[in-house]
Amino acid sequence: MTDRTYGTRLPGMPSEPLTGKLVVIEGADGSGRTTEVALLKEWLEVQGHAVVDTGLRRSDLVSAEIDRAKQGHTLGATTMALLYSVDFADQLENKIVPALTAGSTVLADRYVYTLMARAVVRGASREWARELYGFALRPDVVVFLDARPEILLHRAIAKYGSLDYWESGMDLCLSRDLFESFFLYQEKLSHEFDWLAAEYGFQRIDANRAPEQVHADVQRRLAPLYGAEPSPPSTPDGAGRPPVSRGRRKAASA
Amino acid sequence: MPEASLPAHGYSGRLLVFEGLDGSGKSTQAMLLGKWLSSRGYRVFTTEWNSSELVSSVIRRGKKKGLLTPTTFSLLHATDFADRFERRILPPLRAGYLVVCDRYAFTAFVRDAARGCDPDWVRTIYSFAPRPDRVFYFRVPVQVTLKRKIASRQKMNYYEAGMDLGLSDDLHESYERFQSRLKAEYDRIAETDRFTVVDSTRSVEAIQAELRENLGPLLDHFPTGERMVHDG
Repeated sequence: MTDRTYGTRLPGMPSEPLTGKLVVIEGADGSGRTTEVALLKEWLEVQGHAVVDTGLRRSDLVSAEIDRAKQGHTLGATTMALLYSVDFADQLENKIVPALTAGSTVLADRYVYTLMARAVVRGASREWARELYGFALRPDVVVFLDARPEILLHRAIAKYGSLDYWESGMDLCLSRDLFESFFLYQEKLSHEFDWLAAEYGFQRIDANRAPEQVHADVQRRLAPLYGAEPSPPSTPDGAGRPPVSRGRRKAASA
Repeated sequence: MPEASLPAHGYSGRLLVFEGLDGSGKSTQAMLLGKWLSSRGYRVFTTEWNSSELVSSVIRRGKKKGLLTPTTFSLLHATDFADRFERRILPPLRAGYLVVCDRYAFTAFVRDAARGCDPDWVRTIYSFAPRPDRVFYFRVPVQVTLKRKIASRQKMNYYEAGMDLGLSDDLHESYERFQSRLKAEYDRIAETDRFTVVDSTRSVEAIQAELRENLGPLLDHFPTGERMVHDG
């Protein structure tokens, strides 16, 4: 069962083949990830595919502990990286694998790459981060929404009116100034994502554009996977819809 | 293939590790050794790796929902160990203490291997933990630990008995089988990880005397300080 993971055996995996498709959308906060996931889900469902959506920090197992740790800022970098890995492993085994076994498409709003990048900018080695997530399933496609830090800043302010402590990497003590820290942190992450994109074969998409343009681009990249034609541009009705989800969903920032 | 060994630490303190099955007598020995070192004037910090509140609450929740798997179980303990390491082990080690650890990463190596996790993967995850200056492995037959456990009226817990592996429906039988797996794994890595094997079927006094003698050379050039700290 190591053929579908990044090399580490996952004990207790079902023997049935995983017939579903694993589609990952990666990108920073403000890259339009959540909007794109919602559009993509709609598009796939219209075509008749069952879609299960997943993201970071949504497992029942440790999300409360992660929230608590983020409030208190008391955990060390290694501890925090490992706590996130528990959350991911739980979702992988209890949600992603069963859905793929049932033939569904799993649409992941962020995946191990974000967790790896965050761990590495906080001092972990790339080797360690890659090995840690060696048990992760290889996605069928990883779409990377690449947006400039100025765009990310603009969208964060437009949406929340301020910058988030963690998304600005304030725990790294790069600067006492939130804005300066934000840019320094995003630069470090972006450097890490460049490496990850090459290492894991991301489909990089220019996310400095409007959601419809990004979506059309993503559709083109996914079409071969489903043997489908990209649909015409979204109707005004569908384009601006808020994210739709069956399960409970949390704020996308993790 | 022998698994990768942990990296050496370059700190001024020394790391002394006690490993062995539950009921092997290692905690008693660690406590006695700590007292002795402290009475000799060394700066000592003793710490034990039992499940913290963070881990126990997650394990309780996971058990109730049947969610824990070998992988999440392993990562959860790695999280707990990292927290202990970053907070409890590394600071005194850097500050030049003799750090006495009742259980260390090796506990995870044997337990996770017994649950079927990839040993190389587990070792890589724990590679942030440096190689101890001494690892005492308290070797004892599983039957002896079982008798001690029953005599002290300790309850057997579900995961300690490996009940999640479905080895047996009977708690005692499962405990015995799981602990035998752990022992086999300890015995296997004893050589590659350069454990100092201690025959723990002997008297407490005899074992303690052996430990003190064994540590002589390591302590010869180690500076003394003034107080003992215990990580209650």
